[in-house]
Amino acid sequence: MVASIPSTGAVAATTWVTSFLQQLPAPSGEMEAVQWRGREALSRQPLPSRRQEDWRFTDLAPLTALAPAFEQTTSPLPSSWPEPAADVLRLRLDAPGDPLTGQSLPAGLSLLSSEEVQQALGHTLATCNCEQHWPVELNQATATRVLALRVSGAVATTLELVSEATGDGVLRPVRVLLLLEEKASLDVLQVQLGAGASLSSLVLEAHLGRESQLRHGLLALGEGPACLLAHLAVEQEPRSRLESVWASHGWALSRFEPRVVQVDGEATTNLKALQLADGQQLVDTHSRVEFRGPEGQLDQLHKAIADDRGRSVFNGAVKVPRAAQRTKAAQLSRNLLLSSQARIDTKPELEIVADDVRCAHGATVSRLQTDELFYLQSRGLSAAVAAGLLKRGFCEEVLRTLPGAAVAWSPLQRLLGEG
Amino acid sequence: MAPFFVLSLVPSAVIRPDADTLLEIVDLQARVEDKPILKGVNLTIKAGEIHAVMGRNGSGKSTLSKVLAGHPAYTVTGGSVRYRGADLLDLEPEQRARLGLFLGFQYPVEIPGVSNLEFLRVSTNARRLEKGEEELDTFAFEDLVRERLEVVQMDPAFLDRSVNEGFSGGEKKRNEILQMALLDPVVAILDETDSGLDIDALRIVAGGVNHLASPENATLLITHYQRLLDVITPDYVHVMAGGRILRTGGKELALELEDRGYDWVDQELAVLEVA
Repeated sequence: MVASIPSTGAVAATTWVTSFLQQLPAPSGEMEAVQWRGREALSRQPLPSRRQEDWRFTDLAPLTALAPAFEQTTSPLPSSWPEPAADVLRLRLDAPGDPLTGQSLPAGLSLLSSEEVQQALGHTLATCNCEQHWPVELNQATATRVLALRVSGAVATTLELVSEATGDGVLRPVRVLLLLEEKASLDVLQVQLGAGASLSSLVLEAHLGRESQLRHGLLALGEGPACLLAHLAVEQEPRSRLESVWASHGWALSRFEPRVVQVDGEATTNLKALQLADGQQLVDTHSRVEFRGPEGQLDQLHKAIADDRGRSVFNGAVKVPRAAQRTKAAQLSRNLLLSSQARIDTKPELEIVADDVRCAHGATVSRLQTDELFYLQSRGLSAAVAAGLLKRGFCEEVLRTLPGAAVAWSPLQRLLGEG
Repeated sequence: MAPFFVLSLVPSAVIRPDADTLLEIVDLQARVEDKPILKGVNLTIKAGEIHAVMGRNGSGKSTLSKVLAGHPAYTVTGGSVRYRGADLLDLEPEQRARLGLFLGFQYPVEIPGVSNLEFLRVSTNARRLEKGEEELDTFAFEDLVRERLEVVQMDPAFLDRSVNEGFSGGEKKRNEILQMALLDPVVAILDETDSGLDIDALRIVAGGVNHLASPENATLLITHYQRLLDVITPDYVHVMAGGRILRTGGKELALELEDRGYDWVDQELAVLEVA
C-alpha cells in the first residue's frame, strides 16, 4: 500500500495558515473570546481547497503568495479620499482606537452595549449557516473590535465606513454589526481600499426588523497583490427591504459572499454587483439567498467584465423550500469577455421545492456587441472610444444604484482606472 | 412576356448639372458572409438632391446603406464609391461619419447605461473637430441640443436617458433625426426612417428632414412606401431589385409603384437575369 502524499499545494496552504496564526498578537479586548474561537477553527481547518465545490474555481494562490506575517498598522490618511458630503457620517475603521472618537452619532443610531454585542454578534451568521465559513473564521480570528450599531427610525445621515489597507504586510479586518429595529431605515456605504501585499477581511452582519430598510453599498478598490475577502450576512424579517450593491476592481484576489435569509419570507431583497477582472486578477462572488417563508422577493443582477487574463466567477444560489410558496425570484448574470485569455465562470444554483413560485434566471457571456459598436462608430466615435463608452454603460447600470454618498468617490473613474 | 418598361440604369434627366457630385457609386458589389447581396449598384448623388430608393424586402436597399456607412458584417467584393472625391471604402466607419456621411438606422440600437446627452455631445464634437470647429463644452452643447430638439419636437427628458433605451419606435426615429440635426451631414442616408411611425410622427420626422435639406447637402431615403414621399419630395426615385438599381425616374415612379405594386419589377429583374 502506498501512503498518500499530500500535494505541494496542500502543504503550502497548511504551512501558510500555521505561520499566519503564529504571528498574530495574542487575543485581547472586547473580541478576545471570538478571536480565540476563530483561531482554533482556523487551526483545525486549513485553507479551502479547490476540491470543495464552493471553491472549485477559486485559486487562493494570490493569498498564499502574501507573506503570512501581517501587522494591523494604520495606513496614513491618504489624500485621495474625497471630502464627505454634509449628510454623510464617515467612520474610519482602519485606525487604532474607537472610530467614534470625536464623532457624534446622528439621531436614530446608537451603540450597542457590550452585553447586547455578546448576545447579538454571530446570530445572523448562524442564521445564514456561515459562521464556520473560512473567510468568516479568518475575520473572527483577527478582528479586535466590532462596530455594533442599533438603528431606530429613519436615519437621514448616510453612514460611510472606510477602511484602507495600504502597504506590504498590512492586515485589515473589519467587523460590523447592524440591528435595524422595526420600521428603521439606513443607508450605509462601505469603502474598502487596498494596495501592496495586504489582506482585507470584511464581515458585516445585519438584522432587519419588520418593515425596516437597509440600503448598503460596497465599493472595493484594490491594487497590485492586495487581496480581499468580504462577507455579508443579512437576516430579514417580513416586509423588510434590503438593497445591496457591490462594485470591485483591482484586487489580485477578491471573494464576495453575500448571504441573505428571509426568515419568514414576505421581504424584498435586491442584490446588484459589478466585478471587473483584468491583468491576472481573480474575482469571485458566491451569493446565497434563502427564503424560509412565503411571498418573498429577490431581484439579483450580477455583472462582470473580464479582460487580459482576468477571471470572474459567479455562483448564485437561491433556495426556495416548501415553506416559501409564492416566492418571486429573478437572477440575471451578465458578463463581458473582452479578451481571448480572460475567463468567466457563471452558475445559477436554484434549489426550488415549493411549487407555487415564479423564479427566473439567466446568464449571458458576450463580447462587445458589433451592432452597438457600429452604431457609435457611425456617429464618429473611434472603435476605442466606442468600446470605452460601452464598457462605461455596462458598469453604470450597477453603479448608479450605489448609495448617493458613493458619487464623491467617483466610482466609475476609479473602477475603470481613469484617474 | 415583354417587360412593361424599358430598362433604364441612368437618371432620365440631370436636375442640377452644375452641382458638386457628393457621392458616386459605380458597379458596387457586396456580400454578407458568403451571400452576394449587392450585384452592381450605380448611383450618383449631387449636392442639393433628394434621392429615394424603393424596393421589396431583400432587394438590397438596407445593405446598400450599411455598406456605405461601413458596417463590418458586409464585405465589398467589387466596384467603387467616391465621396467628395475620396475613396469612401478606404475609410473606417467613424471617419466616414466625421466627414459628413450620416446613416439614420432602421433599427436604432439601444445602449443601456450610456447617457444620450453625453453620446450626442461626443459625436457632435467628433464631427465639429473634423470641420475645423471648436469642441463644445457641456454647457454650450446643451444650448445647441435644446435648439435642435425643436426640429424634431422632442421632449428634453430624452436627453437624460440612456441612448434609445426604452424609447418607442417613433422616439428612436426622432432621436436619429436629432443626431442628424447635430451632425450637420453632407450626405444623409435614412434607412426606412418611416417604418414604425404613425402619421403624426412621420410628419414630424419628415419635417425635420426637409428642414435640414439644403443646396449644399443631399439625402438618400430608403423606403418601402410612397407615404414618406408624400411629405418629402424626392428629385429621383430608384427602384432596387436583386441587388441592383433597375429603374430610375422622378416622383411619378414612386406613384406608379404604389399603384401597380412590385410584380412588374420582378418581371424586369427576371429578364435582366436571363440576359
